[in-house]
Amino acid sequence: MSAAIELHEHSEEEDLPAWSLPAEAVDRIRVPVTLPDQVTREWAWGGSTGAGVRVCILDSGIEHDHPLVGRVDHSVAVLRDEEGELQVVDDDEGDLCGHGTACAGVVRSLAPDVELTSVRVLGAGYKGGGETMLHGLSWAIEQGFPVVNMSLSTTRTKYVERLHELADRAYFKRVLLVASAHNMPVESFPWRFASVISVGSHEETDGLTFYYNPSPPVEFFGRGLDLDVAWLGGGTLRCTGNSFATPHIAGICALILGKHPELTPFQLKSVLYQTASNAKGAA
Amino acid sequence: MSDLEAAVATGVLGADEAHRALLQATVEVARAIYGAKAASVFLLDEEAGELVFEAVAGEGEGELIGMRFPADTGIAGWVLTTRQPLIVDDLSSDTRWSRTAAESTGYVPKSMMAVPLLVDERALGVLNVLDRPAESRVRLSEVDLLGQFANQAAIALDLLQRARRARAALAGEGRLAPLARVAARLEEDERDTAFELLQALDRLLAETS
Repeated sequence: MSAAIELHEHSEEEDLPAWSLPAEAVDRIRVPVTLPDQVTREWAWGGSTGAGVRVCILDSGIEHDHPLVGRVDHSVAVLRDEEGELQVVDDDEGDLCGHGTACAGVVRSLAPDVELTSVRVLGAGYKGGGETMLHGLSWAIEQGFPVVNMSLSTTRTKYVERLHELADRAYFKRVLLVASAHNMPVESFPWRFASVISVGSHEETDGLTFYYNPSPPVEFFGRGLDLDVAWLGGGTLRCTGNSFATPHIAGICALILGKHPELTPFQLKSVLYQTASNAKGAA
Repeated sequence: MSDLEAAVATGVLGADEAHRALLQATVEVARAIYGAKAASVFLLDEEAGELVFEAVAGEGEGELIGMRFPADTGIAGWVLTTRQPLIVDDLSSDTRWSRTAAESTGYVPKSMMAVPLLVDERALGVLNVLDRPAESRVRLSEVDLLGQFANQAAIALDLLQRARRARAALAGEGRLAPLARVAARLEEDERDTAFELLQALDRLLAETS
């Protein structure tokens, strides 16, 4: 609700139509990109390296100078100040758990020229906390990162409503949330929401192979099986998990946005669908 | 003394052992299905921030129960943090894990499948499967199966924890402690007689009040 109100106010300020579309306003909502009759991978990301695209890794931090990750443009952490209030502060702790580094390495492997920002919301321990995640996500949306990788979820239902609101706000602010599906029979969020790109794993070995699932809740499957991911200490670890399928899709999204920065999350999801390995545009 | 409290007192006695046996059976089946060297369940001790071995099948069986590790490091810490299963096929490159945890158990695994034990919104611990046969490439169906095992282990672990909490309430100066002491001293057939006596007392009190 609050997101809708903000949109309305924002629209009035800029004199854009919000709730209805008068005839003379049609020009003002001209769509800057027109998808070709047949969207192909060549059209979608041919020649793109992800240059100019800011990708946010909402996770456990990113290790500095990891050879598979390279430059991290900005690192922040969500921490409680002396009054117990959550704050976003500059961070030089690197990665305390390894998870964020692994995700960053996957994105970098597909989109070598993206700008990476690390938002550390998971601590060294298991007590990451839903509030910290929500605060970090809210900050990332305000910053307007075109792609946010969320290889994490919460099972706590008390956060669902706020997470849902944030996911919708991101969707309308052109912030694409790419979120890991849970591969256990439990309910968790935000991957269950339609406004995010939800990702599970397939069993193939090519990083650019991905599938669109016409029977959600999981909408896309990326490479998540038996892959060497960046790990603490500059090394790698051979792993399997949806956590790594997610940054594959985030990386592909960054490639697409590197070539077509004007795409909205709605349009981008459509391009993803059309270029999926089980769709016509994959050729 | 309500019937409910009496029921709790009787239900708790011996439940610890039964739930531990259920947990043990789960890790034994997990180990057998995957043809693994070992399978184990860790309980998360939230207050101490540690993981405790609760059940072990295979390597380390009978020796590791009760051994503790910090809950915020290694693969198990990762799994607890993300609440997602993780399969690692080559642990040798993770020197941190080998040094701090595996070596102290006397067994250093090469590969590991780890899955969080989730009940409702809580993470109770981690189920580990160590060293599947080297030639068996992991399949996603195995990850799904691991999730099913984890579900079962999580229920057993939840029951075990509930029984322990109830036992604590019954111990020492707890309100139900005298009842527990009486019940523990008696043989099973005598226990029935004792509870009949309590019920009679209860009825008598109800009539006089």
